[in-house]
Amino acid sequence: MTTFARAVEAEFAKLLTTRMWWILALVLFGYIGMLAGGLAALFAGIQSGAIDPSAGGTGGQGAPPLGSVPPLIYSFASSVGYVFPVLLGALATTGEFRHQTLTPTFLATPRRAGVLGAKTVTLFVVGAGLGVVALLASVGIGALVMNAFGVDPLLTDPDTWTLVGRTVLTMGLWATIGVGLGALVPSQVASIVIVLAFTQFVEPLLRLASSFLDWTAQIAQFLPGAASDALVGASIFTGLGQSGAAVVALDWWQGGLVLLAYAVAATIGGYFISWKRDVT
Amino acid sequence: MPVGAVIEFSNITKTFGPVKAVDDLSFTVQPGRVTGFLGPNGAGKTTTLRILLGLVAATHGTATFGGIRYRDLPKPLETVGAALEAASFHPGRTARRHLDVYAIAAGLPSGRIMTVLENVGLGAFADRRVGGFSLGMRQRLGLAFTLLGDPGVLVLDEPINGLDPEGIKWIRSFLRDMAAEGRTVLVSSHLLSEVQQSVDDVIIIAKGSLVHRGPLSSLDAHATPHIVVDAPDRDALAAALRAADVPFTLGRTGLIAVSDDPGLIGHIAFTAGVELSTLHRQKSGLEESFLALVNGADSL
Repeated sequence: MTTFARAVEAEFAKLLTTRMWWILALVLFGYIGMLAGGLAALFAGIQSGAIDPSAGGTGGQGAPPLGSVPPLIYSFASSVGYVFPVLLGALATTGEFRHQTLTPTFLATPRRAGVLGAKTVTLFVVGAGLGVVALLASVGIGALVMNAFGVDPLLTDPDTWTLVGRTVLTMGLWATIGVGLGALVPSQVASIVIVLAFTQFVEPLLRLASSFLDWTAQIAQFLPGAASDALVGASIFTGLGQSGAAVVALDWWQGGLVLLAYAVAATIGGYFISWKRDVT
Repeated sequence: MPVGAVIEFSNITKTFGPVKAVDDLSFTVQPGRVTGFLGPNGAGKTTTLRILLGLVAATHGTATFGGIRYRDLPKPLETVGAALEAASFHPGRTARRHLDVYAIAAGLPSGRIMTVLENVGLGAFADRRVGGFSLGMRQRLGLAFTLLGDPGVLVLDEPINGLDPEGIKWIRSFLRDMAAEGRTVLVSSHLLSEVQQSVDDVIIIAKGSLVHRGPLSSLDAHATPHIVVDAPDRDALAAALRAADVPFTLGRTGLIAVSDDPGLIGHIAFTAGVELSTLHRQKSGLEESFLALVNGADSL
């Protein structure tokens, strides 16, 4: 076996011998399951007439057009769940700094770039695995609920399965962005704060604010979350609340390339900023 | 049987900003011997060892194992075993899993893991999380890591820190055994007395520079010999020494005379008619010359 293959296997062992991965997977499943189940019930209820849209007093503006409900619900796996693989990737990298395990790691594999590459490959696979967990929640629970309300969950529609495949890819890419971010910002606390603040607050606000002008919307489509939604092909952000202006979004493959570019840039930057530095 | 390689440092210099942590350090470490790498805290020992292991980049100079830099070793863990500090663990991982990760990375058989854990006396704790380990147990786990690849060279940074008396006794015989098998053993310490019983050679640095190297016995040459002598009538003894031109100082347990012959001091007292209550060589000669070397560098 080559040094790189062994390094990948060691990275898998590192990740799977601590508790973080399954704790994140459990929380991800619960979070996406509740969100997908709850909103599937609301939208499907409105669509099927079981819920009166005017009953809430807010009118029916929030209800999406007919036919778009299942992909919207399914896309929660990535549009909301993407923070989980980023966190896992960032924790996997910053944990090495925090617990000083870079020392035994680099003693066993002195070629450092290889170790970072092995970590990226490993987190891509495990991130994709988190994607599967998130889809089990969004598609599994969402489809059950929509079915109960008599709305077709579109499980035989090939578009649904395209979305599923692209979601798995997206979640894998997000985990590799996390690896790069962890190398850029080796402080674990700072890394977590950046991930949470950016994904939960800064980027959603930027995307909302930028959607009012055409030129800002052109730029905002290159934000990582927007690129991610473009790759998946559906999102609560693009499916709802667009006031007037046409939805600006990249093609799915462009979104994928933008996401990949973020991962590559963060990882190469992190390699020079922290990874190849002295380990003291 | 693993073969030891010669460790060679040539002209190693490391600067951190304006500070020269290691200054043009050159020495070799031979197989089949235990070499003590000594110096006070902050002398640059850890930095030097980290440069040797490729963890810190030297500003100038090279450090090699049998002529090969650490990062170019084809099988690093099977060539060199290194224990650097007692904290390089993920606290949530068990001792067995910790070693497993690095055994996988180095392509070592998983059967080695229990062997080395038992070697260091941690066999019963293999499946405990490292987070609950005492400092002494972490030191032992660090040693277990060094033994994973059954390497011919051992590089240990302050391995005695945090060990209980039983552990200290154990590591002393461990170091001797490793060298007796032909391995190269380099062990750092800030206290000579800690490793005095196990080392053959010493390399002493202070403020990043080499101040002494040679066999342990070579430190004797640097020691000024002293005799501790006391008498019920201390003034009479002092007068007798003064009359015989033997320089002395007043110590805690008597007079400390500069001489290497207790017989001579006894004779001086006898001829002066002074009754002695104490007469022996001062024991801490090596430690004293070590401190003199280290402090000598201080006044440079």
